[in-house]
Parts: sequence; C-alpha cells; structure tokens
Amino acid sequence: MSLYYVQKLIYELNRDPQVRSRYEEDFGELLKDYDLTDEELRAIREPDIGLLYVLGVNGQLLMHYAALRGYPWDDYIQSMKDGLDEHGPVRAGLYARTGGGAI
Amino acid sequence: MSLVFAGVCSHAPGITGRADRADPAVREEFYANFFRMGRAIKDSGADTLLVVAAEHFANFFMNNMPAYCVGMADYYEGPIEDEEWLGINRFRVNGNAGLSERLVNHVMNEVDVAYAQEWKFDHGIAVPLHFLTPDYDLDVIPVNINCQGPPLTPLHRAWKFGQALRAACDAQPEKIALVGTGGVSHWPATPDSGKINEEWDREFLGRFVANDKDGLLSYSDEETYERGGQGGFEIRTFITVAGACEGQPGDLWFYAPIPIYAVGCTVATMQVG
Repeated sequence: MSLYYVQKLIYELNRDPQVRSRYEEDFGELLKDYDLTDEELRAIREPDIGLLYVLGVNGQLLMHYAALRGYPWDDYIQSMKDGLDEHGPVRAGLYARTGGGAI
Repeated sequence: MSLVFAGVCSHAPGITGRADRADPAVREEFYANFFRMGRAIKDSGADTLLVVAAEHFANFFMNNMPAYCVGMADYYEGPIEDEEWLGINRFRVNGNAGLSERLVNHVMNEVDVAYAQEWKFDHGIAVPLHFLTPDYDLDVIPVNINCQGPPLTPLHRAWKFGQALRAACDAQPEKIALVGTGGVSHWPATPDSGKINEEWDREFLGRFVANDKDGLLSYSDEETYERGGQGGFEIRTFITVAGACEGQPGDLWFYAPIPIYAVGCTVATMQVG
C-alpha cells in the first residue's frame, strides 16, 4: 500500500505543468518516479476511478484526475459508487473511517 | 488602521463550475448576497482582503502540511483548476508582501504560522474572489488552515488564531477586511456529494451569529465528521473569524442547501466592534 505516492502523483499532475507535460509525452516513464503497487499502477493507468477511491485517494485530488481523464462530474460520482460495489469499502485514508462514505 | 470588515462565505467549486444546474431562483438569491458582501467590503474602505481559506492540496501536500500559513507575495494567480471545470478564468491579483510580513511577525507572538511567497489559488479562494472582488482590484492576502484531514489544529487554536490575526490587523495602518470560507456540512468529491445536514448547519450558524465561543468550540472532530462530513472540518475558518470578532454578533445573510453545489451555501457577516 503506497497511498501517499498515488496521491502525490495526482497532486503533482494537478498543479505542475512540467509533470503534466511528462504525463502527456510518456505516462509510463513518469510513473516510474513513484513507489506504486501493481494494483495502484493499474488503477491509475486505466483509469479505474472507483478503485482509486477505494484505495483511499482523497476526493479533492481524485476529482481533478477524473476530469483530466475525461470524466464529466456525474460520471465521476457514479464511478466511485461503482467502485464501492465492485471493490468493497474504502481501505485507507480519511474515508475509510466511514466504510466508504455512508453514514 | 484596523480590521474594518468580517464575514464568512462558501467556496464550493460547484457554485461556479456547475452554476446552471441549480434552481435559478435560489442561485440568484445566493449570488446576490455574495455580490452584496463584495459591495460591503468596498463600502468598508478596505484596501486589503484577508481570506482565511481551507485549500485542497493545491499548494500544500502531505509531505509538508502547515496547520496555518499566510501568503507573503506581491501577487497571486488562480485558479489552479481547469478554467472550464471551475467556471472561472485565469486571473492574477495583487498581494501586499510587506503587510503580510508585518502580520506574520505579529501573529507569531501567539500562534506559529508558516509563510508562503508563492501561492496558487484553488477554488477555496478563487470562488469567493469571483464574487467579492470580481475585477480583482483589491489586494488579497491568502491564509490557510489545514482542514483536509487529520492531524487537524484544534478548534480552540483556530479561535486563538483569529484573535492573533485581529491583533495583528489592528496594529497596521491599512484597512483590512477578513473573510473566512468553507463548510458547513458537506461531503465534497465523494459518493455522498450533495448530501447536506441542514439541521447541523443551522445549529452551527446559530452559534456563529451569536458568537457563542463555548458552543463553537464544543464540537469534537469525531462529531463533525459524522454529522458534517469531512467538509465540516472547514468550520475552523468560521471559528477563526468569530475569534477575531470575539463578543460581536453576526448576521446570516443567506443560507440554503444547494445539493448540486455540494454544500449549504452561506453568506454571513460579523460586526468587528
């Protein structure tokens, strides 16, 4: 589990134009800079927004990655709901405290 | 001069990014009160707007997260988000690095703060500025309180921070407006986006306008998370404003849950005394 580095990658994609350029030129090469598990790499590459949510990525980061990958707002929300159904409760991070957001 | 204005408002990105998806009548009343606050700031004679925000991993990340930070630059840019996504075009607004440094030095007598000479605004500041100073003709100083996730500064420290900001502002020759932005309850960017606990919001806002220190500081983070969601942690920005105006009443200009904006939209002021 390297949730920190998943979130760091997305954080840097969101705010750093140079990282964004590297993402556009060679995403695979960029991903080598981050300590990620195979599951995390798959979730980021596909992308599997629902799995990223279940892995514990903060929504304030994830919503921008979803937008970058072409997800309209409603699809982004639905992807997280689908992710909970497919992969089970959120595993780590802030949202794990409520088992996936449902209170 | 001193602090000449104080208020609080919402900052959710849906307010501008999903503007057209709300009930037009409710949206227009909300917008009208937001713009009204901008006019009130202008009428106060303020030459600088101090925005106490709760940014969302735009400038600060989990590798080095300050509990409190004050911008100390001559200018700032925003929004960091995609312009179309947020519904706000890129802008640059003047800061006042000299005033920032004087404020930081003063605040540090009571509360340790970080400073930042570079700061890119996210929706937490860009949305309020869009309404409060739409021509970006007022100097802005950003202030951040980490509200994104634990470890979080305790509420009584947020109150103390407000008092320290107030003392710092009152020691300066400039006229300063203070605006806190955030919550109240919301579950932004999660599957529960759009959920709003209106009862909890109104209870909190009642304590805010009464400037009920004990009531405002009585929330545990566990209670806030359960009843107000992770977005509820942003009550710290409101509490900072209340602390800056200790003993003075507030006035709730607007509150209405707008689920597509993912927050109970709020505009309120507080007398500065």
